[in-house]
Amino acid sequence: MSVQAGRGGERDPNLWRRNVRASKLRERGVTTLFAAFAYLSILTTFGIVLVLIFETINFFRQVPIFDYLFGTTWRPGFARAEFGVLPLIYGTLLTTAIAAAVALPIGLLAAIYLSEYAPTGLRRWLKPALEILAGVPTVVYGYFALTFLTPLLGNVFTGISTFNALSAGLIMGVMIIPTVASVSEDAIYAVPRGLREGGYALGATKREVATRIVVPAALSGIAASFVLGISRAVGETMIVAIAAGNLAQFGGPLESVQTMTAYIVAVSTGETAAGTITYQTIFVVGATLFVMTLILNILSIIFVRRFRETY
Amino acid sequence: MVNIRRIGEEQRVRETSKDVAKGGAQQTPESNGMTVEDLSAFYGSFKAVTDVNMQIKRNKVTALIGPSGCGKSTYIRCLNRMHEVIPGAYAEGKVALDGQDIYAKGADPVNIRRRIGMVFQKPNPFSKSIYENVAWGAKINGYRGDMDELVERSLKQAALWDEVKDRLKESGYSLSGGQQQRLVIARTLAVEPEVILMDEPASALDPVSTQKIEDTMEDLKKKYTVVIVTHNMQQAARISDYTGFFYIENMGDPGRLWEFDETSKMFSNPDRKETEDYVTGRFG
Repeated sequence: MSVQAGRGGERDPNLWRRNVRASKLRERGVTTLFAAFAYLSILTTFGIVLVLIFETINFFRQVPIFDYLFGTTWRPGFARAEFGVLPLIYGTLLTTAIAAAVALPIGLLAAIYLSEYAPTGLRRWLKPALEILAGVPTVVYGYFALTFLTPLLGNVFTGISTFNALSAGLIMGVMIIPTVASVSEDAIYAVPRGLREGGYALGATKREVATRIVVPAALSGIAASFVLGISRAVGETMIVAIAAGNLAQFGGPLESVQTMTAYIVAVSTGETAAGTITYQTIFVVGATLFVMTLILNILSIIFVRRFRETY
Repeated sequence: MVNIRRIGEEQRVRETSKDVAKGGAQQTPESNGMTVEDLSAFYGSFKAVTDVNMQIKRNKVTALIGPSGCGKSTYIRCLNRMHEVIPGAYAEGKVALDGQDIYAKGADPVNIRRRIGMVFQKPNPFSKSIYENVAWGAKINGYRGDMDELVERSLKQAALWDEVKDRLKESGYSLSGGQQQRLVIARTLAVEPEVILMDEPASALDPVSTQKIEDTMEDLKKKYTVVIVTHNMQQAARISDYTGFFYIENMGDPGRLWEFDETSKMFSNPDRKETEDYVTGRFG
């Protein structure tokens, strides 16, 4: 009889007892737990958006939306308050443009070098080193801009303001270089070796292969790195709050400007009473920032879809 | 003085063209096709192929066969200095194209690869349009002629024109695997190389696509010298004029060119027992 138990297909039921009920219960419990955490993060985001929308609606009950979107003067705390957001958007766009002008070309060229030209050994420590740079706290960058770069720029541009858009923008650019370089490098490095060899086999030089085959093939990843970098610049707070000044005006690069983020910091840390219209501007500017980055992300998705070069 | 020199030159030119016209037999080996002498290939300290000597005849198809992992692909990549693209990989020995050593000091691998094109195992069209895929190589090599005409001619040579003539602007990736491989062949032909190396060009393709590629090869050898690595014995027998058999006797040894001869002899009456066992399907 015991010989039979060992034969395939006729196993002894006494030796095999799985607790089906308990395992089903455990399965259900774990599923619920995971779902709870997944919904928690989504609900938190929803909550934030709801608060933004709620306070924004309250704000627009008192200030016409047209005045907000197209007004050119921003002075909320004053007796004759004005709520034209354009100077803040201008400040954000100016510092972001300066940062992008620094970070996008340098980041892309660094990525091409790291992926295509750097010897394997060098790449192995240069890339992590670059990524460490991305971990420097932005407050450090902010004071670096204010106390080091601005005086340095003062030697070139006499009459530069102590707080200015140029210095903050340049340092912000340095801050996003690692993001741009690292994400583009991943995309460029991921281009299959076969494509490079196809180029070489036609008598292409290394430069021609790198710039005319590999980079176009990695374009969607490179575009993603650009958008990520620009999004970081738009949302960056500490550097501009410290180094760009807090004047909501259409100043040139050498003058003070105020970005949307810097305004939120300035108002949040002051003694603004909850419920006042000044308090509500925090949310309305926050919502504007949110919409801007959302548009940026949607544009990038459209761009990536249209220009994706598959391989 | 001047006149005498010119006459001498003319004579030389005439002799050369006479040689070409006669073809084969009476030419010196160095002036005809490719000559490989004592070629060994390495990946870092690992020797993958050792001491290959081979005469690759002009306007003939030379097939390379043998079990997997015995160095055929490594060897064929040495013939246009593609092997050294892999970090740490290098080759020793001499490979001459029409008498010029492509491994000589000062020889430019970029120029060599233009003259000796290559088609890979996996179709690797560029992420560009069909037209651009064919035109790209010609463009970077400074082609000044009619590009549309060149693209059309190359696609026709690769037997792809009729299938793609109405969709030249579409991505190369919109094509099927077999079409992609013919696109890559067209791209290779467009830079007008002298030799075409093919590393298992049909291994990833269905029988119909394979047939189409084999048909094009019949045309190709009228103008080009072709070297092809293949695992398909019938294919080697069908399309090639010469066959080289690569083999590793003991595990861990580098690959060797075990036997090299005319295809008809290799498949009917080879000199070595391992060759016979392999071509008759007894192993491999």
